[in-house]
Order: sequence, then C-alpha cells, then structure tokens
Amino acid sequence: MSFGPHLLLAMLEGLVSAAVLALTALGLSLVFGVMRVVNVAHGEFFMIGAVVAWAVANALGGDPLIGFIAALVVAPLAVGAIALLAERLVLRRLDYNPEATIVATIGLLYLLQQAALTFYGPEARAVAAPFSYRLQLPWFGYSGYKLFVIGASATLLVATWLVLTRTRIGLVMRATQYDRETAQAFAIPVDRVYAGVFVLGAMLAAMAAVLIVPIQQAHYLMGLDPLLLSFIVVIIGGLGSLRGTVVAALIIGLSDGVISMFFSPTLAKMIATAAVAMVLVFRPQGLFGSTPR
Amino acid sequence: MKRPLLVILLHLAVIALLLAANYVLPAYHRDVLSRALVLAVFAMGYNLLMGYTGLLSLGHAMYFAAGLYGAGMTMLHLGWSTPAAFGAGVATGVVLALVTGVLALRTTGVAFMIVTMMFAQVFYLATLYFSEWTRGDEGIVLPQPARIFDMGGFHFDPTNALTRYAIAAGLFSLVLLLTLALARSGFGRVMVAIRENEERTRMLGYNVFARKLIVVMISGAVSAAAGAAYALLFGYVGSTFASVQYSILPLLWVLIGGAATTLGPLIGTVAMTYLVDYSSSALARALPDWNISYLGVVGIALIVVVLFFPKGILGTIRERWAKWLP
Amino acid sequence: MAAVKPLLVTRNLSRSFGGLKAVDMIDFSLDPGEVRAIIGPNGAGKTTFVSLVAGRIAPDTGVIGFDGRDITRLPDYRRVRLGVAYTFQITSVFANLSVFDNVALAVQRVHADGRSVGATAAGVKAALDAVHLSERSDMLAGEMAYGHQRLLEIAMGLALRPRLLILDEPTQGLSDGEIAGFIALVKELRKETTILLIEHNMNVVMKLANRITVLDAGKVLAEGTPRSIRMNEKVQRAYLGGVAHD
Repeated sequence: MSFGPHLLLAMLEGLVSAAVLALTALGLSLVFGVMRVVNVAHGEFFMIGAVVAWAVANALGGDPLIGFIAALVVAPLAVGAIALLAERLVLRRLDYNPEATIVATIGLLYLLQQAALTFYGPEARAVAAPFSYRLQLPWFGYSGYKLFVIGASATLLVATWLVLTRTRIGLVMRATQYDRETAQAFAIPVDRVYAGVFVLGAMLAAMAAVLIVPIQQAHYLMGLDPLLLSFIVVIIGGLGSLRGTVVAALIIGLSDGVISMFFSPTLAKMIATAAVAMVLVFRPQGLFGSTPR
Repeated sequence: MKRPLLVILLHLAVIALLLAANYVLPAYHRDVLSRALVLAVFAMGYNLLMGYTGLLSLGHAMYFAAGLYGAGMTMLHLGWSTPAAFGAGVATGVVLALVTGVLALRTTGVAFMIVTMMFAQVFYLATLYFSEWTRGDEGIVLPQPARIFDMGGFHFDPTNALTRYAIAAGLFSLVLLLTLALARSGFGRVMVAIRENEERTRMLGYNVFARKLIVVMISGAVSAAAGAAYALLFGYVGSTFASVQYSILPLLWVLIGGAATTLGPLIGTVAMTYLVDYSSSALARALPDWNISYLGVVGIALIVVVLFFPKGILGTIRERWAKWLP
Repeated sequence: MAAVKPLLVTRNLSRSFGGLKAVDMIDFSLDPGEVRAIIGPNGAGKTTFVSLVAGRIAPDTGVIGFDGRDITRLPDYRRVRLGVAYTFQITSVFANLSVFDNVALAVQRVHADGRSVGATAAGVKAALDAVHLSERSDMLAGEMAYGHQRLLEIAMGLALRPRLLILDEPTQGLSDGEIAGFIALVKELRKETTILLIEHNMNVVMKLANRITVLDAGKVLAEGTPRSIRMNEKVQRAYLGGVAHD
C-alpha cells in the first residue's frame, strides 16, 4: 500500500480514536468545568464500562447485536450508580476541596482496579462486534463497525450538546459552572447538579468504553491511557468547553493515529504529554477556554 | 524553638533504635525494613515539598527514578563504582528538579499536580523508549561484584543483608537529621509560611518563586538519593519505579504518617509496607480467587485517610497531645 | 528653603478592573517623615491605590517612584526589601503559626538583607514590646482576639524596618482603648518611619495626620492639612456629610 492510502488508513484509525476520546474527555471536562474537581478515577469509569459490557455480552451469549445493545444500556447505568455512590459518600464529604478530591479519586482509582481484578480477573477478554460488515475501499477493506463507532460517537456528542444548550437541565448546569454562588441564590440545587454532572461524566466514559470494547479488549488496567489522553484533550481544548473538547480530541486522535502508524507510539505519547504540559504551564486556559474568573 | 532537648533526644533515640535493630531482627524483617527505610527517605523528600511547603506534586516518581537510573546506568554502562554512581544519581535528580521546577512552578494547585504528573509520565515513557539502554519494563539487574565498594578505608558489600540494612539506616538517619534541621530553621519557617499564605510571605519581602524552586531541588535531590540507594542496595533498575504508582505511594505514606512532621514519613512508609505485605499474603490465602493486591489496600487507605484522618498518625498526635513535635 | 525630596511619588497612576476605573490618573507625593492619611468613601480606590504602591497589583498606566527610584516594574517582594511595608486591610497574619514565628519571619528577612543585625529572638522581642504583645509570644496567631491580631500585623510591619509603612484601615474592629493605644504607638513610630494611613475613623485621622488626601471615585478630590480638609465643602458633601461651621 502506497503512502496515500496508508495515510488514509491512519486517519480513519485516528478518527475512531478521536471519536471515543471525545466522549471520554467530554465527561472529564464537564466534571471539571462545573464542579472544579479533577476526577483521577475517570479512566476507571471507562474501564468498568468495558468490563460490564463484556459481562453483559457474555451473560446473554447468542447474537452479539443483542448483547451490544444491552451493554449500551446496562454499562452506563452501572457505572453511573458507582459514580453516584462515590459522589455522595466521598466527594461531598470533602466539600469538593480540589486537592483532597484528587487524593480521594486516586483511592477510588485503585479500588476500582482492584474490584475489576477480583471480579473480572487479570486477563484481557474480547467482545464480538455487533455486526461484521466490511466496507470495501479501492485500496483496503475497512471495518464497518469502526465507521459505526465514529457515527455513534458523533451522535452522542451532538445529543449532549443539545442537552447542554437547549434544555433547562443544560442551562442549569452551565449556570452552575459559570457562577456557583449566584446559581445558589437562584435556588438552583447545586448539590444535585453536582451529583448529576458527576454521574453524566461517568456515563459518557462508560458509553465510550462500550463502543470501543469490540475493537479493543477489556482489561483491568485499560483505564490509564484514556485518562491521560482525556487530560490532554481537556487541557488543550480548555476546561468546560465542549467545542474545545471535540476539536482537541480530533487533533489528538488524528495525530496519535498518524504518528503511531509511522513512528513509535511511545514517542508519540511522549511528545503529546510534554506538549500538553507546556500548554498548561504557559497557556493554562488551553486553546478555547477563557481565563478563569 | 520548642523543647529543643526533647526533640533532639527523640530523634537520636529513633536513630539508635533503627541502627541497633540490625542485630536483633529476624532476616525477613531486616529485609523488609531495609527496603522501607530507603523508601522512607523518598517519602521524607516528598514531605519537604508537599508537607512543609504545601506543593502537592504528583510526579515525584520522576526524581526517584532519576536517582535509580542515574546510578544504575552509570554503573552498568560506564563502570562507575557505587559511591560515584550514587553521586551521579543524586546529580541527575537535582538537574531534573531544576528544569521541571522552573516550568512547573509557574502553575499552582490543581494545575501543578497535573503538570508534575505529566512530566513524570514523559520520564516514564522515556525509560521505555530508550529500552536499548534501560531494558524498559523488564529492567536491569546490577551485577553483585560491581556494587561492592571501598570507602574511607572500609569495605562495604551491599549484597550482605546486614551491610545493606546498615547503609539504608545510615542514609535514613542522615536525611532525618537534615529534615529536622531544615524544619526548625528560619528557612523551614519560610517554607511553612509559603504554604500558609503565599501572598503574605511575598509582602514580607521573600522571593517565593526562588524559595519554592530551592525546595523542589532539595526534595528532588533527596528523592533521587533514595532512588540511587535503592538501585545500588537492591541491585535492580526498572521502569515500574518511574510509573505513576511511585508518585502516588509517597503521597500515601506521607499522608498516613503525618504531613509536615519529621517522623511521619517513616511511620507511614513502614505501616503501609507491612499493611500491603500482610494483606497481600494473608488475604490472598484467605480469599485465593480474589486476586487481592496492593491496589485494594492502597485505595481504601487513601480514601479513609483523606476522609477521616487528613492529618495522619503523627499529625493527629501532634495536634492533640504534642504540639512541640517538629 | 531647600526642597524636601519626596519619598513616594506617583504620576498618572491608573488601574481599571473590567470597566471600572478604580484608580484614575492619580498624582501623589509623600514627604519623608510625614504621616499622611488617605480617606474617602467606600470604593473610592484607597486600597487599590496603596496596593499599586506596594506592588500587589500592577498599574495600567503611570509611574511610581520611591526614594528617587522608579519602582513601577519592581515585583512586590523587591519593594518590601527597599523599605515599603504593607499591612493588610483584612488581617493576614499566619493563623497557624505562633505570634513569635509571625514576627520572626519579618525579622529574619531584614537580617538577610543586612538592614539590621542581631539575634532573631531579640528582634522579635523588640517588635512585640512595641505593640505590647510580648506575653502572647507563644500563642497561635489565629487564637488571639481580633484586636491583638491587628496589633500583630503592625508588629510584623514594624519588624521589617520600613522606610514607608502603609497601614490599611488598622483600627477597624478595635475597641476604644485599643484605638487609643494605636494612636500612641503611631506617635512613637512617626519618629522613625514615614506613614501612609488609610482610615475611616476621623478621630484617629485628625489626631495623627500631618496631611490628608481625599479620594473619590478613583481621583484625588482634595489634599491638605486636617483643618483645611475639614473646612473643604466638596469633601464635606462627598464624605463627611454636611457643611461644617468652624
């Protein structure tokens, strides 16, 4: 395969990564934007989503399409429940103090990894794709499911954007993000908004995981990479900015895909991480965020 | 200065106990404690930055690993002796601390935590990328004969369990006294002031940025010393020590033992080492299919400590009964 | 008569926050040895002005000169080392440190600069003696009564051996007895230090100030001796309320 098609393949792979990354990162971004806390366990919500997806598909057996749809419903709900528990029992008790929350969510990270290790085991297990359709391009065949992932993610992103900008719930969330005290003065139940946002963030990560698990296997350590990449996306895109998250996810996903195909993935990660750290040092508002009030 | 005599006696007593323990401990505990003492040095280095100065770094594995690899690589590839390799390890840590500090200290709070974590991640990836020299994850075993050295007319064999413990305890004692001196000095007072109210400290005429940078470098040096000692005493250098886990562990040890106390890091490190050990083996025997590992123990410990005992063991003791503890 | 070189000078000093001009092209001059009071209604820009002088915030336009030297671009901690000391409007002592440690931080600093010599303990004692807080030396600063915390702030300012001591509403929250003590203290201090005083308590102002500068809406409304300010109609309307007949 010559360079052109090779590049196209790399970009398609990059789009798939970007699609999943955008969803995951959006969850992290919403939580930081509204609650001003960094959830280090975010990658583990992703991982649990994948593990639950495997469990559901495995339990139902039979037609992978049924299993997939069931997983798409059950996994986010399960992860959402865990997130709600964590928020009620721990985060709220800490009064969302930024540093204490980070320490607590690190603890949560380890707990969730241990839970997966105990109940799921140390192996990596695959889930069958809901359908196997191969799109035949002139230079290579490409998995129809991967294209579906891109489309599904885009749909979910648009849906989230609509909720945030067109519904009352979205307005309430954005108001709380913009000015917590004033929101409270307007009788917005900030506590409930926080719980809701935290759960929503976790569910977005879980949904992203369900989409990716037929392509990538489910493993109890799979949460670290999405966490770091989500951090990178959120920092570059600007915290709390949906548009910024999507654009940054596209940049990261595509460049990661392209660089990984032509160079070492380790080097790609090194450069990406270093670049993002520099962005945070010199331009903390990212590319799209506004300077904090 | 509060109760100087009592404080000094307490610390000398702890040191004496540790040194004497070498001759009475059973072999297993001597081994565990040797490791724990070196890691406690790491924890003390971390405590200087996080506990006393209030800068919560999530990237300290980088400095530990700098010492580890600085010592290991110079010994393995350049044939340096143990003392020289140790020096190389510490120097690597200091230089790295200077470079990362100048950049990271432009941020505060959460951003600082993320930036330090990312710098450490880059370092970790570098140890994997340059696996031609580092053998990455697999790691390198430092050959035993290379680690034996002579210094000041004495012959030291780190492969000997008693010698190893003595060196670990010696290094620990040195760093403990250093921490004590720093905590009770004018410089230590400024560190705490920066933690408590940075603007007020500036308005007293202090160049806070420069001070923070100095603390980062001292912290980096001590952490690297621990890393270098670890490589030279236990003979193994591997990427795991640069991974994020080794940035979390010192935070945990310091939180449990008591941040901003001199003896807290020792307590935290020893307590957690034994707790992880015990839970891994005892629980693993009780519940063999559960795959209990340090993960669950560390996770629960972190959540419990941050929720209910934010001051840690020694911190709580100090607050309730012994305000004079440094 | 030889002209006295001013200790502090500002020219065209301005600072806005969003759309609000907090300090609007202020020209100001302070002679060494003066006690100058800055008064004005809330929001007049008094704290913003002195914060610009102290270096806590940066000006949008203008220059600040201290002892003949342009300090406009100088960072805050450097200005402290030149001799500008600022005590905070909202008490900003180190609550979790002892009274001794609080003052020691200031004393250490001055020793490091070589502006003073001697043991830290001696320097701390001298500063605490001046504000009568010596018996509380071992107390945690945060556990003291508010009035004592204000005194501690002043002690810290003193210990810096400033050439210019900026006191931002120092008597706020103090009892009458404490205020009387404060007035006596400043009368001692003025022998060694130039003092810039933001105050709402007109009694204190009248007893201490050589001259008064009145700020309103970011500009200098009037400037002069206490008597002339008291007679000034603009000031009375804007701030003191009503016209005085004296």
